[in-house]
Amino acid sequence: MPVLELREVTKAFPGVLANDRVSLVLEKGEIVALLGENGAGKSTVMNVVYGLLSPDGGEVLMDGRPARIKSPRQAIDLGIGMVHQHFMLVEPLTVTENIVLGREPGRFGAIDFATARRRVEELSLRYGLKVDPDARIIDLPVGMQQRVEILKALYQGARVLILDEPTAVLTPQEVRELFSVIRSLVDEGLSVVFITHKLEEVMAVADRIIVMRAGRVVGETSPEKTDDVGLARLMVGRDVVLRIEKTTKPTCGDTVLHVEDLRVRSDRGLEAVAGVTFSVCGGEIVAVAGVSGNGQTELVESIVGLRRPLAGTILLKGVDITRADARTSIEAGLSHIPEDRHRRGLILQFDLAENLVLGDHRVPPYAKGPLMRPGQVGAMAATRIADYDIRTPSAGVLAGNLSGGNQQKLVVAREIGRDPELLVAAQPTRGLDVGAIEFVHRQILAARESGKAVLLVSLELEEVLSLADRVLVMYEGRIVKELASGEADAETLGYYMTGGGGEKLSAQELQAPTHGGNA
Amino acid sequence: MNEKREQSVLVQRSWMVAAQKIGAPLISAALAVVVGSFIIWASGYDPRAAFIALWEGSFGSPKAIGDTLLKATPLILTGLAVAYGFRAGLFNIGAEGQLFLGGLAATWLGLSLAGLPWFLLIPLMLLASMLAGAAWAFVPAILKARIGAHEVITTMMFTYIGRYLVSYLVIGPLKAPGQIPQTAELPGAGQLSRIQALFSEATLASFEFLKLGRGHLGIVVAVIAAVLVWFVLKHTTLGYENRAVGFNPWASQTAGISVQSTTVKALCISGGLAGLAGSTEVMGVHHRLFDQFSSGFGFTGIAVALLAKNHPIGVIPAALLFGALAAGAGRMQFQADVPQKIVLIIQALVIFFVAAEEIVLWLIRRRQKEAVSHAG
Repeated sequence: MPVLELREVTKAFPGVLANDRVSLVLEKGEIVALLGENGAGKSTVMNVVYGLLSPDGGEVLMDGRPARIKSPRQAIDLGIGMVHQHFMLVEPLTVTENIVLGREPGRFGAIDFATARRRVEELSLRYGLKVDPDARIIDLPVGMQQRVEILKALYQGARVLILDEPTAVLTPQEVRELFSVIRSLVDEGLSVVFITHKLEEVMAVADRIIVMRAGRVVGETSPEKTDDVGLARLMVGRDVVLRIEKTTKPTCGDTVLHVEDLRVRSDRGLEAVAGVTFSVCGGEIVAVAGVSGNGQTELVESIVGLRRPLAGTILLKGVDITRADARTSIEAGLSHIPEDRHRRGLILQFDLAENLVLGDHRVPPYAKGPLMRPGQVGAMAATRIADYDIRTPSAGVLAGNLSGGNQQKLVVAREIGRDPELLVAAQPTRGLDVGAIEFVHRQILAARESGKAVLLVSLELEEVLSLADRVLVMYEGRIVKELASGEADAETLGYYMTGGGGEKLSAQELQAPTHGGNA
Repeated sequence: MNEKREQSVLVQRSWMVAAQKIGAPLISAALAVVVGSFIIWASGYDPRAAFIALWEGSFGSPKAIGDTLLKATPLILTGLAVAYGFRAGLFNIGAEGQLFLGGLAATWLGLSLAGLPWFLLIPLMLLASMLAGAAWAFVPAILKARIGAHEVITTMMFTYIGRYLVSYLVIGPLKAPGQIPQTAELPGAGQLSRIQALFSEATLASFEFLKLGRGHLGIVVAVIAAVLVWFVLKHTTLGYENRAVGFNPWASQTAGISVQSTTVKALCISGGLAGLAGSTEVMGVHHRLFDQFSSGFGFTGIAVALLAKNHPIGVIPAALLFGALAAGAGRMQFQADVPQKIVLIIQALVIFFVAAEEIVLWLIRRRQKEAVSHAG
C-alpha cells in the first residue's frame, strides 16, 4: 500500500487550471522526483498535500485512508513534512529553538531545553544531518539552514518529506551532501518527494520520475529508462538543446571592458571586491564563476554604475566609467541583465512596451525633447516581441502578468536589443526552465557572434562551462584562477570556487574579510 | 493549446483590471450611500428626505451646481497634487500647507501689483502660487532625497509652519484696516470672475443653466491642470520617470533614472498644484486672504486622490463627489432637518470603503471566479 496517494487532484485559480486531475502514488522508502517547467503545477499540487491550498476536486490518501488536509498542522499530524524554497526559520534563534518551535517539550509553559537539545542531537546523528544545535540560524550558511528545516520536519514526525526546489540556493558541494542526506532518509524508511526543474538532479537522485506539464501529469519514468534529452522533451513538449555548442572560435577584437585593481565595499562595509583586474574583448564571453556571496554582486554593481568603487579603474572602450552613474554607463554602450529581474530588471506594473523602452526612454527615436513618442516605442516593442519570441497577446499587457521565462525574455530583449558594446549578464537564467534557458543562452551567444563583449556572472557551473570562452573564478573578492574554456570542467571550477587555490594566497590576503553563505 | 489558454488568461486579466479600476470606486461610493442611509435612519432621521435634499443642494439647480463646482475646484487641484506625488511613491500629506503658501503668494502679488491689467495679473498670480507651493514642498523634497527624511512627517510639519505664517501675516503685516484679521480686497483685475458674469442678462435669461451662482472660473483652471497632469504622466519622459520610480525605484535606478532628482521634481510639482488651489480659492471665492480660507482642502485632497486611484482625470469626478457633499450639506440641514455633520460621516464612509477596497475587490473577484468556473 502506498504511503501517499493522490487521485485526480484538481485545483483552479481564476482563469488558470493549475492542476488538472493529477494522480500519483508514493511508496514507502522511495524518492520520487516531480519534474516540470515553472508553472507546470508541481508546487501547487504539493501545497495541496501540505494543506496550504484546498483542492477543487479529487482526493488525497495517506496510508490508504482518505485524508482531509485543511492546514499544515493537520498535514504534520499525519506525518507529512515540507521544506519550502524560502526557509521558514527564525533567524536570531538557535537551531534547537527553531526545531522545537511549536512543539516545545516541557510543561507549565517552561521549555525543557536539555531534552529538546538531546532529541535534536539524536535525530541529527540518526540521519547523518550534522549541525550544531546551539548555533544561531543567522550565522549558518544556506545549506545548513536547509538541514535545520529537514530536521524540523523529522522532529515533527514526518514520514513523507516534500522538498520544494531544494537545490536552488545550494552550492554544488551542498547539493551533493543534500543528496546523500536524502538517501539516508529513505534508507530509514521515509519517503521523499523532490520538486525540481533541473534534469541532472533528477537523474542523480530519483527512484522514479513524474513529469508534469501545464497542470497535468504527462509521463512517468525512471533514471534507468531515460536520459536528459528524453526528460527535457517530455517536460517541454518538444526537443530541447541542453548544451549549445559554440560553432565559432572567439574573435577577440578590441578590448571593450578593462577593469584594473578594482576594490568595492559591500553594504556591510566590508571589502567585497578586493583588487580585481581583467579585460573582456569584443566577440568573447568571459564568465565569472563563484559561490554566491564572493563579491560577484558588488563587482557587477560597480561596473554597471550602481555602486561607487573604493579604488581602481573601469574603462569601457577606453572611456573611464569608474564613477559614472547607471545612465552614463548605458549611454556609453553598456547593457545589464540584472540578477534579480523583479527587483531591478522590470517594472511589473508597466506594460511590455514601457518596460522595453526603460533606459532608452529619454533618447531619440523614443523621445523628442520632453515628449515620449508612443508610435516609435510601440513599433520597437512589436519588433522586439517578435524577435525575442515573447509570448503575449499584445504589448499592452503588464509585465507582472507574464510567466517567469517570458519576463526574462523581456529583459534580454531590451538589453541585447539596445545593441550595446558590452553586455553584463548576471545570472541570466536564474529560476528559468530548460526551454527558456536554451533561448537565453542562444541570445547571449548571438550577441557574442555579432562582436559584442559579454561578461557573464553565474552560479550555475553548467552555464559557465557551456557559454564561456574564458572563466574567471572568484573567491572572497579576488580572481583566484583564470581558465580557458578547454581547461575548465566542473571539478576544477568547484575546487577553485571553494578556495582550493588557497595555498597561493599570501598571509596578508588571508586576513581579508570572509563572507558566509548568509551574506 | 496551452499557449492559447495563457493568452486568454492575460486578456481576461487586463479587462478585469480596467473593470476594477473604474468599478471599485463606484461601488465604494454606492456602499457609502447605503451604509450612510442606515446611519441616518438609525439616528432618527429620514434618509430619503436627506438624500433628496443633498441632491437638490448639489445638483438640483444651476445655482446648486455652481456651489458644487465652487467646492470641487480646490479639491481637484489638491487631489491632483496628492495623486502626482503618489505616482512617484510619495505621500504628500502637506498639501494644505502648500495651499496656504499659494494663497499667500497670490494675495501678496495681487495687492502689490494692483495696477496691472487682468490678463497679466491673473497669470502672474497663478504662477506665483504654484512657485510658492513648490518652494514649500522643496525643503521636504530635498530632505527626502538627500537623507531619506520621511515626507509624511516633514510635509505635515511644514503645513503647521505655513498655516501659522499666514495667521501671523493676516493679523500683522498684511492686515487691512479694521477689526477683522484679513488682508485688503484684491483688485478686480486679480479676481477670477464668476462664470455667470461672463454672459449678458439676455443670454442668461434664455440659457438658465448658465446661472451658476457662485461658481467661478477656477474650475476651468482646475480642469486644465488635470488634463495637463494627465498629459505629463502619460506622454512625457518626466511623467514616465515619475511613474517608474513610484512603481519600482530599484529598477528605475538600474535603468539610469535618478531616484533623488525624480523625488524632488515630483514633490515640487505636487506642491505647485496644491499652491494653485490656494490662489484659485483666494481669487475666485474670498477675494482676500484670512487664516481660515481653506476648510481642509489639502487633507480632503488625499481622499479625492484615493477615490480617483491617483488618476488625474479620475480626480475630477472624485472631487465633484466630495464637492457635492459639501455643497448639499447646508440644504440637507434646513430642508430635511438632518445635521450637516452627517455629510462628514458619508465622506468618511466613502474613504473607508475605498481604503477597504480589498473588500470590494473580493466581492468582484468572487463573482469573476464563479463566472470562470462556470465557463470552465
